[in-house]
Amino acid sequence: MNIIITLAYLLSSILFILGLKNLSSPKTARKGNLLAMSAMLVAIIATLTKNEIVDFTFIIIGLIIGSTIGVIIARKIHMTAMPQMVALFNGLGGGASALVALAEYFRLTGDLKLDVIVSMVVSLFIGAVTLTGSLVAFGKLQGLIRPTPVVFKAQHFLNILIFTLFLIAGIIVIINPANITGLLVILAIALVLGILLVIPIGGADMPVVISLLNSCSGLAVAATGFVLSNNILIICGALVGASGMILTRIMCKAMNRSISNIIFGAAGTISRDTGKEDNRKVIAYTEEDATMMLESAQTVIVIPGYGLAVAQAQFALQELVKTLINKGINVRYAIHPVAGRMPGHMNVLLAEANVSYDLLFDLGDINNDFQNTDVAVVVGANDVVNPSARADKESPLYGMPILNADKAKTVIICKRSLSPGFSGVDNELFYQKKTMMIFGDAKDSISKLIKLLKP
Amino acid sequence: MIDPLLVALYIFALAIFVGFETITKVPPLLHTPLMSGTNAISGITLIGALISTGAGHSVLGTVLGLLAVIIATINVVGGFMVTDRMLEMFKKGKKED
Repeated sequence: MNIIITLAYLLSSILFILGLKNLSSPKTARKGNLLAMSAMLVAIIATLTKNEIVDFTFIIIGLIIGSTIGVIIARKIHMTAMPQMVALFNGLGGGASALVALAEYFRLTGDLKLDVIVSMVVSLFIGAVTLTGSLVAFGKLQGLIRPTPVVFKAQHFLNILIFTLFLIAGIIVIINPANITGLLVILAIALVLGILLVIPIGGADMPVVISLLNSCSGLAVAATGFVLSNNILIICGALVGASGMILTRIMCKAMNRSISNIIFGAAGTISRDTGKEDNRKVIAYTEEDATMMLESAQTVIVIPGYGLAVAQAQFALQELVKTLINKGINVRYAIHPVAGRMPGHMNVLLAEANVSYDLLFDLGDINNDFQNTDVAVVVGANDVVNPSARADKESPLYGMPILNADKAKTVIICKRSLSPGFSGVDNELFYQKKTMMIFGDAKDSISKLIKLLKP
Repeated sequence: MIDPLLVALYIFALAIFVGFETITKVPPLLHTPLMSGTNAISGITLIGALISTGAGHSVLGTVLGLLAVIIATINVVGGFMVTDRMLEMFKKGKKED
């Protein structure tokens, strides 16, 4: 029987990996998700046949409650709230790993082998940190907690102190596994540390934080796999851990900040003196002016930012794009990696507005085309088109890869007001001669443009 | 006979390599479904929770296990469903007009 279960786990692993492989193209991605689902089903069924399981009542209760909640969340959640959902699920994943480690601890009375108790301590720690850290991230994204960094004196010192306490408690428990108090101390320390590590990180850096916590939830699963000597947990944990790490690295490169800078530096605090540009003027244009520019254009690149989604204007924008395409104008979307509040968020928001994905281009693929483009249209985006990032060494944005909107022949920017973006600095692009600022609600402005453009 | 722990470490190392190789090929277009999908996959902890809940050893173990089953199932069901919902939206060249 055990051989069959082991082979089933092997099949499950293969299906998981094939599932991820199919995620490499939007054509096969849905199939990939189904493969991963089957992998999970195979693993669950195989586990249920194990001899150790004698009582199914609570299992069934748990599965039903969990499925119901899962279905409700999946059906109801708005795409704009995806970052919050991912943050929440990261936390739940960490929590589940910690709980299983605990349950296993209490189940195994008697001599605990070294590798098992070490894995338990690690799994409990990572799981608990991920749980509370993710809940804080959720709170910041949802607006329940202040998005501004909560910084206080000696914060780093406190964190290091707490981590040292964990190491001491960990060693104590490893030497004497019967020390339940020690284990609970570790749990308490981890829960507190999770909060303390994420609370000083600003709302603008949340995309990196949730990617990192995604990775941690995977590592917690892998650690639990070592506790249970279960290879499929180890494999899945490794896959998820690797995925999170890759996304974290991509996010950091896109923001040009290192991971230690984000975690240990309280960024998002405005340090630049913006006083010197007071006497520069910005010229406000009307939708009629913009219409003339667009009608005579042959190539247009649209740069959407999160502000677009906040204004719920993505559907209107797609209407505008369709109108332009119908006039024979070449229109493409340029998506900056940190547009939106999590990796790939902007793409999903646009897909929801029925934008065909062959119109969506990444920064790397489209940045060289701006110099040959007649009009760049910026909606709800700010820092990602700020030329200061290229040349101004004192700008907090310096070094961050940006979209070359300023290289286009004309730039149209739809904005509510002149207020700065996340970075808090002024955008050089607004003051350039070729830039047409259109102030107002994005949805209203775009609707007006559509009306004016239709023959 | 190789120590199972060593085998487990081999598997962990190889799985990380496989993870890196497969996931670097996922385009930024699909990064959000990737995150929700990996959330679902991390629900594999359910497997461990099932045993704790069903082994009937102690009340504490069963309670902890039950909690873990509920949480892990939310991740699995919610994660896969929301990923499918998103992937369904990615279409190419829809011509409705």
